[in-house]
Amino acid sequence: MAVKQFYGKGLPNVDPALLKGKLIVLEGSDGSGRSTQLAMLRDWLQRMGYATEEVGLRRSLLIAKEIEEAKQGNTMGPTTLALFYATDFADQMENKIIPALRAGFIVLADRYIYTLMARALVRGASLEWLRELYSIALVPDAVFYLQVPPEMLAERNFRKTGVLDYWESGMDIRRAGDMYECFIGYQHQLQEQFRVLQGIYNFETIRGNRLPRTISIELRAKVEQILQIEPVRPVQPVLESMVAA
Amino acid sequence: MARSRTLDEIRGKLIAVEGLDGSGKSTQINLLKRWLELEGTKVFFTEWNSSALVKKATSRGKKRQLLTPTTFSLIHCTDFADRYERQILPLLHAGYIVLADRYMYTAFARDTVRGCDREWIRKMYSFARPPDITLFFSVPLEVALGRILGGRPQLKYHEAGMDLGLSTDPYESFRLFQGKIYEEYLRMAAEFRFVVIDASRPPDVQQQEVREIVQNRLDLRLFKYTWRVH
Repeated sequence: MAVKQFYGKGLPNVDPALLKGKLIVLEGSDGSGRSTQLAMLRDWLQRMGYATEEVGLRRSLLIAKEIEEAKQGNTMGPTTLALFYATDFADQMENKIIPALRAGFIVLADRYIYTLMARALVRGASLEWLRELYSIALVPDAVFYLQVPPEMLAERNFRKTGVLDYWESGMDIRRAGDMYECFIGYQHQLQEQFRVLQGIYNFETIRGNRLPRTISIELRAKVEQILQIEPVRPVQPVLESMVAA
Repeated sequence: MARSRTLDEIRGKLIAVEGLDGSGKSTQINLLKRWLELEGTKVFFTEWNSSALVKKATSRGKKRQLLTPTTFSLIHCTDFADRYERQILPLLHAGYIVLADRYMYTAFARDTVRGCDREWIRKMYSFARPPDITLFFSVPLEVALGRILGGRPQLKYHEAGMDLGLSTDPYESFRLFQGKIYEEYLRMAAEFRFVVIDASRPPDVQQQEVREIVQNRLDLRLFKYTWRVH
């Protein structure tokens, strides 16, 4: 059985050996199909009887509201922004992810530390500092990065909302050009940083420029592999042994 | 953000005071500030846990006891980063003397006592410049406790260190908590070259020493306003 680990020394008072569930992470920009794929994955898992818990960025009870407010005014410096998000992450790690894993849930994370790191790297943070900051994070059982060419991301965002998001366009660090150019440039920078991070954290890149159904089938196959290593439903082996007898 | 900005290009100087609650450090740094102001020096004062941006989250987290050692540490680091990025660093670049009532060493002491990893905390704060002078106001633990507890104050939950579960009595908890912080301070004194001030002496005697130290270490003529106020 694969025992959970932290990337570093981890959190005080948490024994990773007691975390029985699975942590599956989906990464990708807005418009990469992340939410669609997560919803399909969740429905499929629940249909099979797995208990799931969903987490994502900026959903902590502690400071999600303050981040939202601060983002409106855009008054934060890059280090403050990174730490704000890290606090939000740590709060969810301790209060949602770990309790759910302890209870044997499958935790589906709508983005994880890698997005936060990529954003901070683009804004000039040092990689070493970020790795230390997020050494409190659990190593997931699987990380899938939905990669979509920036031009296609832009099209999908236009189709969905008619506008490009301020932060997803990196407007806080804009140099020159219109919003479309900023968006494309920023998304390219993010993808570059994801490549750097992939070398360290080796997650799987999934080509996101295909039909949702095709991607979903691929993801299910990969998740099935993870779950078969260690069946989460304790009922099953008992039934099988009864049949065998 | 932990960038290796060349420190030489910074003309300003940073003076921090550290010490236990009740050590008298706030009184001393205020007197230092008044003196520098009256001398016509470019000076700016900042205190721990005061960023408007983060304050609401911190106080809600504390009030509703949502904080763990890790989030307690991170939220204070966020508060510090906000003040550092928007005030401390720009002011140092502008050639100010920045006075900080508590600096990263407060976090090093408190968060370590709360159970966070010592190395992790130090790396968190590595984006910030260490002070040019760190004045540590040293009083025997009993004296500091006496100054704070003498008035039987209403101790707040985290202030008393109640989250550590040392004692169910806030006053006893505060004693034990402060004792542990005191140990951490003593451990750091040599490592971070604290200038130790004997804070059991009268305030004016201490202030004389503080001013002498500052005058000897800094050429105050370099920090005058380039324009006249009057």
